[in-house]
Amino acid sequence: MTTVQKAYKPLPMEHYIENYAMMPAVDDHFRYCPGCGLGLAQGAIVRAFDYLKLDPSKIVTVSGSGCYAVMGQYIKAHQFHGPHGAGAAAATGIKLANPELTVICLQGDGDAVSIGAGHFVHGARRNIDITVIVFNNFVFGETGGQGGPTTPYGTKTETTPYGAIENSFDICQLAAGAGATYVARSTVYHAWHLTKCVANAIAHKGFSVVEVMQNCHELWGRRNGMPQASQMLNWYRDSSITMAQAKEMSPEQVRGKFVIGEFVRSDRPEIGEEYAKLIARVQKKG
Amino acid sequence: MGNEAICEGAIAAGVRFYAGYPITPATEIAEYMSRRMPEVAGKYVQMEDEIGSIYAVMGASGAGARAMTATSGPGIGLMQEGIGSAAAMEIPLVVVVVSRPGPGAGDATGSGQCDVMQARYGPNGDNAVIALTPSTVAESFWLTIKAVNLAERFRTPVILLTEGLLGHMREVVDLPDYGKTERVERPRPSGPPEKYETYALHKTDEISPMADFGSKYRSVLHYVPNHVYGGRTGQDALKFTLNHFHAKIESRRDEITMAESLYTDDAEVLFVAYGTQARSAHEAMDRLRARGKKAGLLRLITLWPFPYEQVRQAARAAKVVLVPEMNTGQVQGEVLKALRRHPAEVLGVNHLHSDPIAPEEILDKLTGVL
Repeated sequence: MTTVQKAYKPLPMEHYIENYAMMPAVDDHFRYCPGCGLGLAQGAIVRAFDYLKLDPSKIVTVSGSGCYAVMGQYIKAHQFHGPHGAGAAAATGIKLANPELTVICLQGDGDAVSIGAGHFVHGARRNIDITVIVFNNFVFGETGGQGGPTTPYGTKTETTPYGAIENSFDICQLAAGAGATYVARSTVYHAWHLTKCVANAIAHKGFSVVEVMQNCHELWGRRNGMPQASQMLNWYRDSSITMAQAKEMSPEQVRGKFVIGEFVRSDRPEIGEEYAKLIARVQKKG
Repeated sequence: MGNEAICEGAIAAGVRFYAGYPITPATEIAEYMSRRMPEVAGKYVQMEDEIGSIYAVMGASGAGARAMTATSGPGIGLMQEGIGSAAAMEIPLVVVVVSRPGPGAGDATGSGQCDVMQARYGPNGDNAVIALTPSTVAESFWLTIKAVNLAERFRTPVILLTEGLLGHMREVVDLPDYGKTERVERPRPSGPPEKYETYALHKTDEISPMADFGSKYRSVLHYVPNHVYGGRTGQDALKFTLNHFHAKIESRRDEITMAESLYTDDAEVLFVAYGTQARSAHEAMDRLRARGKKAGLLRLITLWPFPYEQVRQAARAAKVVLVPEMNTGQVQGEVLKALRRHPAEVLGVNHLHSDPIAPEEILDKLTGVL
């Protein structure tokens, strides 16, 4: 099992562009808003690829709908850009059909735990060896900033103009409860921590989830007192606590904080390996 | 039984991935595949619902596997977004629909032909589709092979429409040597990998080569219709691509549309029928012929793209055309379209429940007409 420990000295940007990036055409541009956390998250992802020395021709990114969904276009890997929420189910088909592939599900919070929640939890239950990176920006960004199942209680969005009255999901707890065998949370502020989490998730055999707190200052921050990217990044810096710190605090004190770190790292049967054993058993009998 | 014949046909055609969800009257296909897939080193997975099933099949096909799922009416409803997306992404796969009658749960253990239009117009956006329908258990086997090959050839979802009655029917099938059945490979790229584009189309009726995930050609399967060489966006690219989905199939109708003609050359009474109901129509035709009446049968094997030309040819001498089907007239409407300039009267015999249409009912419809 690969565990990323030592600090990894970031190389010049040209290195990552050369090996893992697909730049937009000359008359096109990156389709992230200025200051969007997705760019930071993508940086962490390609550094994790580089750390693990992955062969781009053996990587498939899977994405559905959302602001994040263009990320696969900017990564030099095979890409399955399908329907909204399809991620974990499509990735299950890809990985079972060719277990040699590294399958990375890029998902938004709405994609993973709203429309695609059924596929997400069942992927975790099967413990299919894929990595799901969930970019949690609290809102449906691509459609203009509506609330959803991750919108923090009391905060304002386009469809919660009086403040959200629904409870929100804790994506990491949901993944852990469903049986994911690697679960971590980080933020786009913690660039190296995030890189480590993504590398560990990919190296882990089984259903791995990394929840990335990703700033959408345009659509969520603006309505909740943080209209600048830097304000949200500072918020992630100042409000993130480790699991050890959280243990020493009362639930009231933890509320509103981002508990970051690795929540789960366990070993359970993985469906791909189990199926390979099943084939061997059935064919021996025959 | 018919459902098992479909599985064997799929295996003969090289299907090595099956994802599905239990639903009557299609469940035997999942059960049978769960036993057979590991025997042939294929993969079977029961997904959390039909939506997950179609997505898993799409993913597996992207990775290069010949892939299939099966369901019934309510399940195909859930799969429609996936089927339409597979058409847009140009992913080969086969969806078997074992139909039951009625909306909602309908008659779950019954039999129907209610999903003809759902197969064609079910997904959003009016995609092109190929749909085939067998009449016998043996044909269930052979047509599944055909369906898999058409999917690969055209990079498109193919729907195999069958019925609860046929799925559960038992008939003798002589199985061939699976190594010798027809096998069409999907177009795959050659040449320098750095020049490869997944949808590098110059003409609307082209079928572009498809790379497997994991090959040295970067495969980008994208459900936004923008399949123009160089990947430009905008209305022109959209127009080109939406036309392309139809053009690649319409321009090759001859390879796809299949129908069986019996005594149609002089047929004054023409039956146009499909699936199990073609068997009743066959019997009705035999009885009329025995009475010296000029009756004929056009049995449709391909439903989409609809064989309009075959219908026109078969109806040349027709004074009356009769379409028996287990719905309110889904194919009858297409026959009317085909014969809109033809003087023949086009009648339907329609059942909305599970009882097959008896030959007597078909003949009764002709009382007073002949």
